[in-house]
Amino acid sequence: MADALLTLDALRYDAGDRTLIRDVSLRLEAGRRTLILGPNGAGKSVLMRLMHGLIEPSAGRILWNGGSGRPAQAMVFQRPVMLRRSVLDNVIYALDLAGVPAAARRARALDVLERVGLTALADRPARVLSGGEQQRAALARAWALRPRVLFLDEPTASLDPGAAAEVERLIRVIADEGCSIVMVTHHLGQARRLADDIVFVDAGRITEHTPVAEFFASPRSAEAGLYLRGELSWT
Amino acid sequence: MSTLSESFLTAGGLVLAGDPQLLNIVSLSLQVSLTAVFLASCIGLPIGAAVAVGRFPGRKPLTVILNGLMGLPPVVIGLLVYLLLSRAGPLGSFGLLFTPTAMVIAQVVLITPIVAALSRQIVADAWRDYEEQLRSLGASTPRAAFTLLVDTRFSLSTAVLAGLGRAVAEVGAVMIVGGNIDGVTRVMTTSIALETSKGDLPLALALGFILIAIVLLLNALAHAVREWAVRRYG
Repeated sequence: MADALLTLDALRYDAGDRTLIRDVSLRLEAGRRTLILGPNGAGKSVLMRLMHGLIEPSAGRILWNGGSGRPAQAMVFQRPVMLRRSVLDNVIYALDLAGVPAAARRARALDVLERVGLTALADRPARVLSGGEQQRAALARAWALRPRVLFLDEPTASLDPGAAAEVERLIRVIADEGCSIVMVTHHLGQARRLADDIVFVDAGRITEHTPVAEFFASPRSAEAGLYLRGELSWT
Repeated sequence: MSTLSESFLTAGGLVLAGDPQLLNIVSLSLQVSLTAVFLASCIGLPIGAAVAVGRFPGRKPLTVILNGLMGLPPVVIGLLVYLLLSRAGPLGSFGLLFTPTAMVIAQVVLITPIVAALSRQIVADAWRDYEEQLRSLGASTPRAAFTLLVDTRFSLSTAVLAGLGRAVAEVGAVMIVGGNIDGVTRVMTTSIALETSKGDLPLALALGFILIAIVLLLNALAHAVREWAVRRYG
């Protein structure tokens, strides 16, 4: 079997005397759209931060491509963090940090802003944009890095339905370019629309990793079943 | 007419007439304090950002010390710098005592901690919001510190102006190391102290008005800059 894109091996993460992630093992294949579901405080965001390398595991291993190197990756957060400069300069800043030669940055940034429909706002200060526009700018900034993996932590949680739909559409376009998607959401409809696979997290453990159709038809774990029934009773 | 109202009138006259002695004093005051603030900012802003963003042992005690140093008594700073610069002191050979340079040095010592401590707070607050995003983009710690200094520039102007306010208004340090020599090291605050003790209240009052006006103007300016920046940059 070929090496998985990402392999988590017996991962644990402790914060003080609390264990937030315990004994998590997972294989993510390249090119898949994996959505992480689970109740509040289950450790979804922590798990994603471990994968992306924002925090170090207390125990266990994280292997990219079987250990042959970390692919280009980017992360989009629930609340976009825009620098106090223009939208264009925010993207250029990311390209600068990624080591893209100065001469190539501007054209690449403008290209990606066009793809998210922000060309007209490129010279505006990023922080005065609406929430939806800022999140699209954040997606553009991530996309410009040409990631092989894009992490998204509830990227539409603070957006109105129209802006959320636009963000979903862009995620799909990015995925169709061959970028693997790992995304946390609380929105079951969104998970159904976007996911190839569902990873269900409960109390710091992964209870199942299932193709999306199967997950919603008959989840394998009791925890996921309870969660789905609880969530669906509200929709 | 009472002494007070008479003094007020004379003071107003001095200001309106642009009295040369008065102008000299005001201009030296501003030169000394602006130079000191510039140097203190060059030192204090990077220190503040480094302590806010850096991960090194002793960061917490350093923060406490920095905050504590904000309240340094000017006269004590004056005394220490005096000892350093006096003929017998380690830097005595430069002959700087009782020169404007000595006053600048004393004020730099006095306000660098203020600029550093306030900027540390401002940058640390921003770092909480920015940290994950900047780390995700691969920013090194020095790069992140620099980015935050640029991004919080409008808030940092408050820290710098707090330093300037402190510098232009303090009397203890410049009095000791400058010596309040007429035409050489006499600034607004030392003149006010001297003229008051000599009984020349109009000049003291005129200088007092100008000093207060400068401080108010600086604060109004800082406020306007921030208002504008928030509207422009969010």
